[in-house]
Amino acid sequence: MAKPMRIRAKLKGDHVEAKILIQHDMETGLRKGSDGAKIPAHFIKTLTVKYEDKVVLDTVMGIAVSKDPFLSFKFKGGEKGGKLTVTWVDNSGDTRTDTTAVK
Amino acid sequence: MRLIGQAILLALTMQLTVSAFADDAEDNDIYAEFLEDGNPAEFSEINGEELWKTKAGPNNVSLEQCDLGKGPGVVEGAYVELPRYFSDVNKVMDLEQRLIHCRMTLQGLTQEEATKQPFSKPGKASDIEPLVAYITAASKGMKMAVKLEHPMEKEAYEIGKKLFFHRAGSHDFGCVTCHSADNKRIRLQNLPNLLDKKQAQKVYATWPAYRLSQGEVRSMQHRLRSCIRQQRFPNPKYASDAITALTMYLAKSADGAVYAAPAIKR
Ligand code: HEC
Repeated sequence: MAKPMRIRAKLKGDHVEAKILIQHDMETGLRKGSDGAKIPAHFIKTLTVKYEDKVVLDTVMGIAVSKDPFLSFKFKGGEKGGKLTVTWVDNSGDTRTDTTAVK
Repeated sequence: MRLIGQAILLALTMQLTVSAFADDAEDNDIYAEFLEDGNPAEFSEINGEELWKTKAGPNNVSLEQCDLGKGPGVVEGAYVELPRYFSDVNKVMDLEQRLIHCRMTLQGLTQEEATKQPFSKPGKASDIEPLVAYITAASKGMKMAVKLEHPMEKEAYEIGKKLFFHRAGSHDFGCVTCHSADNKRIRLQNLPNLLDKKQAQKVYATWPAYRLSQGEVRSMQHRLRSCIRQQRFPNPKYASDAITALTMYLAKSADGAVYAAPAIKR
């Protein structure tokens, strides 16, 4: 079950600094549990960030990204109060979208 | 965290061009700055609060009436006074012992059920780690203030101190072997000098911690267990009185520190 993200977005001079903390196991499919059986792969495949209607970050993720990923990036053109929307989709088809306003 | 890892490597490289002699402390500060707002322990805290408030066990009650030392249900500020003496059991308990006690007495779990999964393993989440994250977070910003008034609290402290200095085993190691001098390290890990008040404060005030190397919030029990293993001692029993005594010694050494956990660490 997809769990909520923690998104922070702050206007810093001419750019917005966005920090996104995601709850996800990001299982590689290569680890074994204590019973010796492989733990099935479960990871985020794509993550998209929109500022209002415009895509500001479009990523393809895979098993090289750690558990509970933390993404931080900057973009220009944002304003206080503007809406930042983050969506991810994982390999099981599960998805989550969360939104925050730029501070 | 490979993504972060790369970013940090970049940052460290930049730092090194500025000063070829950037010391560990500085590197650690950059590390900390990078991870600011990126501590997944936050999620554990939320999950822990939910667990705390969820009815469970044969008695189908929540832990909300658990007395962590400041009265039934008081979570705020409880951790900075732990371990402490509890008159209802006539014993000194650390947080995890007390949690087990509450799960048994309030929820009606057996000891075995209450201690089934103290530490998360791949694919198997612990319920104790998030509870610990929730309870400790409720002491953020407060000063470490273990009382050490009751004779049994004093006794626990003295036992803990003895354990800290006790050397034994195949390598004749004690905590003191690795944690009693400044500026020492093993591999790339700085070894804090726990006999130095400032360092002891900094260390204690940042446990439990989300460990990036493990992807979990780890409790003091887990930290000490790892160190006892590094010491080549047998695995301690989970939530044993010896660990509580050691914790009492460390907590008192950190007296006055502003509590800042769950932190985020390597
Ligand atoms: C063989 C050396 C060794 C021994 C013996 C040892 N430790 Fe450690 N200790 C370490 C290492 C290595 C670390 C990890 C440092 C890191 O990851 O940054 C550590 C970390 C710690 C930490 C957390 C430090 C921090 O900055 O968060 C505490 C607390 C601690 N040890 C306490 C103890 C206690 C108490 C004992 C005795 C039971 C003990 N250690 C015995 C090597 C040792």
